[in-house]
Amino acid sequence: MKKAKLNGYLKAGLILTAILTVLIILGFFWTPYDPEAMMTGPKLQGPTWQHLMGTDKFGRDIFSRVLRGAGSTFTIAASVVAIGAVCGTAVGALTGYFGGMVDETLMRLNDALTAFPSILLALVIISILGPGKKYNVIVALGLVFIPSFARVTRTAFAALRDVNYVKSVRLMGASNGRILLVHILPNTMSVLLPAITIGFNNAVLAEASMSFLGIGVTPPDASLGYMLSEAQGMFVAAPWYALGTGITIVLLVFGVGLIGEGLQRRNGEVA
Amino acid sequence: MKYAAKRIAMLLLTMVIVSLLAFVAFDLISGDPATAMLGTEATPEKVAALREQLGLDRPLLVRYGEWLLGFFTGNLGVSYSYRQPVWDLIAPKVLVTLCLSGLTFVLIVVVSIPLGLRSARSSGGVLDGARTMVNQLCMAVPPFFTGILLSWLFSTLLKWFVHGKFPSLTEDFGGAVKYLFFAALALAIPRIAMTVRMLRSTVQGEMQKDYVRTAISRGNDRGGVLYRHVLKNALVPVVTFLAQTMAEIVASSIVVEQVFAIPGLGRMLVTSISNRDYPTVQAIVVILAFWVVLAGTVADLINQRIDPRLRLGGAA
Amino acid sequence: MKKRLTAFLLLAALLCAALTGCGGGSTEQTPAEKEPSTPDAPVANEITVGIAQDLDDSLDPHKTVKAGTREVMFNVFEGLVKPTPDGDLTPAVAENYTVSEDRLTYTFTLREGVKFHNGDTVTAEDVVYSINRCAAATETGIVQVEAFSVIQNIAAADERTVTITIAEPSNEFLSYLTVAVLPSDYDKQDTAPIGTGPFKFVSRAAQDSMVLEKFDEYWGTPANLDKVTLKIIENADSLMMSLQSGAIDLCSHLTSTQVAQLGDDFNVAEGTMNLVQAMYLNNAEKPFDDVRVRQALCYAVDKQAIIDIAFDGYGSPIGSSMYPAFGKYFDDSLTNYYTKDVDKAKALLADAGYPNGFEMTITVPSNYKPHMDTAEVLVQQLAEIGVKATIQPIEWESWVSDVYVGRQFQSTVVGVDASTMTARALLERFTSTYGKNFINYNSADYDALFQQVLSSSDDAEQTSLYKQMEQNLTENAANVYIQDLADLVAVRKGLEGVTFYPIYVLDLATIRYAK
Repeated sequence: MKKAKLNGYLKAGLILTAILTVLIILGFFWTPYDPEAMMTGPKLQGPTWQHLMGTDKFGRDIFSRVLRGAGSTFTIAASVVAIGAVCGTAVGALTGYFGGMVDETLMRLNDALTAFPSILLALVIISILGPGKKYNVIVALGLVFIPSFARVTRTAFAALRDVNYVKSVRLMGASNGRILLVHILPNTMSVLLPAITIGFNNAVLAEASMSFLGIGVTPPDASLGYMLSEAQGMFVAAPWYALGTGITIVLLVFGVGLIGEGLQRRNGEVA
Repeated sequence: MKYAAKRIAMLLLTMVIVSLLAFVAFDLISGDPATAMLGTEATPEKVAALREQLGLDRPLLVRYGEWLLGFFTGNLGVSYSYRQPVWDLIAPKVLVTLCLSGLTFVLIVVVSIPLGLRSARSSGGVLDGARTMVNQLCMAVPPFFTGILLSWLFSTLLKWFVHGKFPSLTEDFGGAVKYLFFAALALAIPRIAMTVRMLRSTVQGEMQKDYVRTAISRGNDRGGVLYRHVLKNALVPVVTFLAQTMAEIVASSIVVEQVFAIPGLGRMLVTSISNRDYPTVQAIVVILAFWVVLAGTVADLINQRIDPRLRLGGAA
Repeated sequence: MKKRLTAFLLLAALLCAALTGCGGGSTEQTPAEKEPSTPDAPVANEITVGIAQDLDDSLDPHKTVKAGTREVMFNVFEGLVKPTPDGDLTPAVAENYTVSEDRLTYTFTLREGVKFHNGDTVTAEDVVYSINRCAAATETGIVQVEAFSVIQNIAAADERTVTITIAEPSNEFLSYLTVAVLPSDYDKQDTAPIGTGPFKFVSRAAQDSMVLEKFDEYWGTPANLDKVTLKIIENADSLMMSLQSGAIDLCSHLTSTQVAQLGDDFNVAEGTMNLVQAMYLNNAEKPFDDVRVRQALCYAVDKQAIIDIAFDGYGSPIGSSMYPAFGKYFDDSLTNYYTKDVDKAKALLADAGYPNGFEMTITVPSNYKPHMDTAEVLVQQLAEIGVKATIQPIEWESWVSDVYVGRQFQSTVVGVDASTMTARALLERFTSTYGKNFINYNSADYDALFQQVLSSSDDAEQTSLYKQMEQNLTENAANVYIQDLADLVAVRKGLEGVTFYPIYVLDLATIRYAK
C-alpha cells in the first residue's frame, strides 16, 4: 500500500518523460510545419488551432520549433550532465575515499576550476577545439560541470568511508572498487540526484547563453535555450513564446526530477 | 588550529592557480586587447604597435609576475577599455554583488532549513506528496524565467519597485536592498527547493540508522533525538552543499543581474571578457574566486569541527 | 560535548544572521507599498536615456573607437566645424574660415569667448594641439586621422587665428576638421573628458550610467535640458521593462518588435541608422573570388522581403556602399540593379561551376540582433538557389580580430558606418591596398577612380567619380547589399525635439519638454 504510493513519483515521472520522449522522437521525423520555414502565418501571433504555441517574429511555427528544438536541447543537456556527473563522481570518489595526495592535488585543481568563471573556461575550450564544430558545446559544458559534481560527491564518499558497514565489508576482503561502486555509490544518490536535476536545468540555460560565444546550436536550427533567450526580449509582446518554450523546459526537468525522487524513495524503502 | 592554517595555505595556493589559469586562458582565446581597443580602426600594423605599447608582446610568465607583484602592492592595473584604475571601476560593483549573493544566501538558509526539517519529519501522505511536487517544480524553473515573471509582477503590475532604477547602495541602502531582494528571490527559489530536498533526504537517511532507531525505541522523544543526534550528522553534507550553493549563486547572478538591470560584478565580468580587458577580468576573477574558495574553506573548517573524522590528509 | 556545543552555536549564529538579514529586507519593503508611482510627473528638467550597449571605451574623443560612445559624446565635443542635420558643416569653435585662391591654405578665426567645460577659453594653441595629436597619433590609443597626412603646416597666427596648409587641394579636408578641440594642458580625457559642447561630462559608472549636465557657458544655442542620465541596459527585456516602469524617457535603436510593445506613454520617431548593412563577401576566398558567384548571390536575395520579414517593413534598401542620407552621393538607380531572379542566379552558379550550389558560412557578431535576424532570412533565401548557408555567431571582439583584421571568413553580415560625413569614409576602404579593405576587394578600375577623386578639385566631378565607384561595386557584386536600417526612437510623451543626422549621433541638446 505504502510502497505503491511512494512509487507514484516514479510513475508520474516516467509517464511525463515518456510522453515528452515520444514527442521529441516524433519531432525528428515530423512537425506540423517546417521548423525553419518563415511566414507560415502572421508574425508574433498568439496560440491558435493552426499554431498551437503561436508564431515567432519570422512567422515560424513555435510548436514545430519546440518539437525539433527539444530534441537537440535534450541531447545536449543530457550529455553534458552525463559527462559532468560521471567524471565528477569519479573524481569525488577518488578524492573522498582515498584522501591523501590524490585528494590534495585533485581538490586544489577542482577548487580552482569551481572558482573559475565558466564562460572563460568555455571560451578556452572552444579555442582549443576550434570554433564552429557542432558538438563543442557538449564537451565545453561537460567539463565546466565536472567540479560541482566532484565536490558534492566527495563529501558523501568521505563521510561514508569510515562508516561501520563499509569497514566490515573491507574486513571481509572486498576490493576498493567494489566497495566504491556497490556499497558507497548507491548511498550518495541523495546528494547526486538533486544535483543532476539542477544540473540538467543549468545545462539547458548554459547552452542558451553559450550560443553568443559561437558554440551551441546555431540559428536557424532550433534549440530551446536559444529560443528562450530570444523570447526573453519580447515577454510583454509575445508571452506565449517564452511560456511555450519555458514550460517545455520546466516539464523536461520536472519529469527527470520526479524519476529521481521516485528512484530514491524506492531505494530508501529497500535500505 | 594546525588544520585551519593548512586550509588557509591551500586557499592561497588555489588563488594562485586560479589567477595563473586566467592568465593562460587569455593567451589561448582568440582576439586580443589591442584589436579590441582599436575596434574597426584596427589594421595589422596598428595592432602590432599597440601590443608593443601595452607590453603584450612579452612572455606570459613575465606578464604574470608583473601582475602578481602589482597585486601584492595593491595595484590592480588600469582597465584597457575604460582606461581607469581597475579598482575604482569595480569597487562599487563588488559591494552590489556581495549584497546580492549575501541576501540570496540568507534567503536560502532561512527558508530552507526550517522547511527541510519539517518535511523530513513528515513522510507519506497527500500533503507530503504535494509538497514534494511543488519542490520538484521549483527546482525545474530557470532563475531568469522566475526573474522575468517576478519583475513583471512586482514592477510592471504592482509597481513595488521601478525596474531599471537601481538606487546607489551608498546613498539609498534601503532602496537598493529592496531592489536586490526581488533579484535574490529569483536566484533563491530553485536553490531553496534543492536544499530542502537534500536536507530532507539526509535527515531521513540518518533517522533510519540503527542508533536513532534504538534511541527512539528506548522511549526518547523523537524531536529531541532529531536535534541532538541526527542534525549533527546530517549537517556535514548540508554545510558542504551550502558552500557549493554560494559558488553557484555567484555564477548564476550574471543572468539575474541582466534581467533586473543590476550593475554587478557578474555582468562586468562578461563584458570585460568580451572586450579582452584583461586587467579587469583578472581582478574580477580573483575576487569572485576568493569569495567561492573562501566559502569552501569555511565549510571545510565547520565540517571538520562537527566531524573530526573529516580531517583529510591528517592523522586519520 | 564541546564539539556539539560548537555545532549548535554555529547553527544558531547562522540562523541569527539570517533572521536579522531577512528582517532588514522586509522592513525595507514596507514603504514601497505606500510609495505612489512617482516617475510620471517630472519636476526637474532632466531625462534618462536608455542605451543598449555599454560605453566601455576611452572617452577621449581622439581615442574612442566604438560607434556607441561616439554617438553620445557628440554632445560633449565639437571641432572647428560640426555637422548639421542636413549633412552640411557649420562653423563651431571657429567663427568663420577662408580658403586661399589655390585652395591650399585654410585660415580659421576662432569664435570669441568659446569656453571649455573647465572654464578656460579656447585658444588657437588648443586647436593646433588637437589637430596635431590626431595627425601624429604618437600617444597610445589615438586613432590616427589619415586624411591629416596632407597637412604641411599648421600654426597659430595669434590667439584666435589658425592657419592650415595642405599639400594638395581637397574638397573633403574640411569635413575632417570636425575632430574634437581639446585643451592642450589636460591629460585626463580618457576618464573625465573636457570639451566645448552644449553638455559637460559629469560622471560615468561602468555598465551602469553616464551623467551629462548642461554647460551654462556654451557659446551657441544652449541645451534645453539641465541634466541627462544615460542609463546602460544591455538586456533587451530589461530595457523594455525599464521603459514601461518609467525609468527611461528616451531610447533609440529599438526594433520594430520592441516598438510594438511600447504602449501609450511613448511616441516613436523614425530616422535612419546610417549604416551600410550588407552580406560582406571575402572576395579573395573561394568561391567568392568569382564574380558570377557573387552576382548569383545578389540575384538570390530579395532585400524588400528581408526588410518586411525581419524589420516589419522599416528600413531603406540600398544597392551599393552608400546610404540615402548622404544625399548627393547616393545613387538610387543602383538599389534595384539586382532584382530577385532565382533562374538567373542558378544559371550564373552553373556557369561558375557550381550547378548544385555550395556550402558557405555567414559569420555574424552575435550581439547585434538586427544582423543576426537578417542572416536568418538570408539563409532561407540562399537555400532557394541551392546554396546551403550556416550562421556562425561570434563575439564582436572575435569578429574584429578574425574577420576584420585577420580576414579569415567567407561572408559576414554587419553594418558599416561613416565616421565623418564624406563619401571617402565609406568608399576608400575598398581600394585594393587599403588596410581596412577587409573583403579583399581588388579592382584596378576602382583604384584608378579613387586616385582621380584624390586629384580632382571640382566638387561636381568628384561626386560623379564617387558615383562611378559605387557603380563599380554594384556591377562587380563586391557585396550583397541589403539596407540602411531604420532607427526607431521611443520618446516619452511630453518630450520633443528628436533630431536625426546623416551620421550615427544622438543630439541631446535639441530635446525638450513641450510647453
